[in-house]
Amino acid sequence: MRITKEEVEHVAKLARLKVTEDEKETYAGQLARVLEYMDKLKEVPTEDVAPTFHAVELKTPFREDVPGESLAPEETMSNAPEKDSDSFIVPRVI
Amino acid sequence: MEYEPVIGLEVHAQLLTETKLFCSCLTAFGAPPNTQTCPVCLGMPGVLPVANKKAVRYAIALGLATGCTISKTSLFARKNYFYPDLPKGYQISQYEVPICRRGFIDIDLEGEKKRIGITRIHMEDDAGKLIHDEENPVSRVDFNRTGVPLLEIVSEPDIRSPEEAVAYLRALRDILLYLGISDGNMEEGSFRCDANVSLRAAGEEKFGTRTELKNMNSFRHIQRALFYEIRRQRALLDAGEEVLQETRLWDEAKQATFGMRGKEEAQDYRYFPDPDLIPITVPDEWIEEIRESLPELPAAKRERFISVYSIPEYDAGVLTSSRALADYFEDAVKGSGEPKKVSNFIMSELMRELKRDERDISECPVTPAMLSELLVMVDQGKISGKIAKDVFEEMYRTGTKASEIVEKKGLAVERDEGALIALIEEILAENPDQVAQFKAGKTKVLGFFMGQLMKRTRGKADPRLSNELLREKLAE
Repeated sequence: MRITKEEVEHVAKLARLKVTEDEKETYAGQLARVLEYMDKLKEVPTEDVAPTFHAVELKTPFREDVPGESLAPEETMSNAPEKDSDSFIVPRVI
Repeated sequence: MEYEPVIGLEVHAQLLTETKLFCSCLTAFGAPPNTQTCPVCLGMPGVLPVANKKAVRYAIALGLATGCTISKTSLFARKNYFYPDLPKGYQISQYEVPICRRGFIDIDLEGEKKRIGITRIHMEDDAGKLIHDEENPVSRVDFNRTGVPLLEIVSEPDIRSPEEAVAYLRALRDILLYLGISDGNMEEGSFRCDANVSLRAAGEEKFGTRTELKNMNSFRHIQRALFYEIRRQRALLDAGEEVLQETRLWDEAKQATFGMRGKEEAQDYRYFPDPDLIPITVPDEWIEEIRESLPELPAAKRERFISVYSIPEYDAGVLTSSRALADYFEDAVKGSGEPKKVSNFIMSELMRELKRDERDISECPVTPAMLSELLVMVDQGKISGKIAKDVFEEMYRTGTKASEIVEKKGLAVERDEGALIALIEEILAENPDQVAQFKAGKTKVLGFFMGQLMKRTRGKADPRLSNELLREKLAE
């Protein structure tokens, strides 16, 4: 399976990553090898196997609807590059 | 050319849990910004989300109430995108296997019933809130809403007009309110609706290109936006142009929809099963237990009101518009036994007062038992129907019982024959012309005399007795 440069650019854009021209070449090759491995997995006959939804077979753990502690706003925002007294501040998007 | 609109709706309903979908932060609306967050809902590395059992229960309840199949196993998936209100960089939603599938809601449009299919109902977590600065090109982010549980209810493209869309939304909202799983408050955003709209030539099977409408914050906005969009698409098609597949925002001030982003930015969410969350398995016993606990739903209640209380369909519709109002009606009927009279009084007097004060039925100072007492007094002829309305206003204002008001103000019907005869003689003596008219066969004048008598007794004269006495006196 071949991955085009455009596909690498698309995936990079979705992930908000800046990649150089050289990197695009490298990643195209690496991503292609990942997908080839998926093709390899496809060779395993799975017609009679029920789909596995999760690697761990567990009964669903639930939480009761009981309130717990939240963080203080100062703590919540302690790593924020920009903030005011109670909110994160971000560049306007619309 | 004739076109048929094809509409499908996506509703997001916020669930009335106390805590968020995957952590124990509070969900209360209106708290100071960023006071209801924790590492889980903020998407910090290394945290482990655990599903809120009540939210899952609520999802199953809505599924059962709308005839859906409940998935024995369903999955949470990550929907990946970047936006400043989404701290995790993905929304936890359900994709391939939602918790509920293939249900329906029956709607009623001026007596015509129609079934609208439900494709799926799934659970997901809400995003935070962005407040755009009015002066600078920045936004403030409040993550309190981040992680609050939502149900997304996706309809089949079965809707053919804006009116049907609103009828469907009202029916869905009523069900959510009856189940007590959402407050359905559109202003606070706990009931939000997006619409997919396309047109196709009449008789055509294939759907046309659709647009997705957003930013409609009330039933009226939704209806207007759909009308506008249908007109816009019709004009394009008539001019031989193409409808562009895009998301459009409704602008209430401009009364128009505007394209938000072009086709080239088609969303690419890269869904995959969330590895932090184990699939949700729902045992049969749990489904049955929830089914048993479901309340009577609006449509069933409406039918029962019509058949058991013999009230018109219109009355039944109004009275079952909320569970509390329906309960109020039933309690009042228990005490007075006259369903139609109770219904009339609630729909006119009671609802007018509540509406004026913007009060909910639960805040009504007149209890069902108090209303029953009042109506029984009218029925037994103790007070007139007209006086009952004044008494009711006083009851509503002061919370006092009808019998007390009637006694204190001397509003009971005047039955003293002697007193009535004296007044009647007075009236006849003062109006010889009308007496002559009556004797000449103009019996309609009787109404005039009754009016005079009511005026002099301030509406308290017993109507039947007065009528008899009047006729007797006039025959003399």
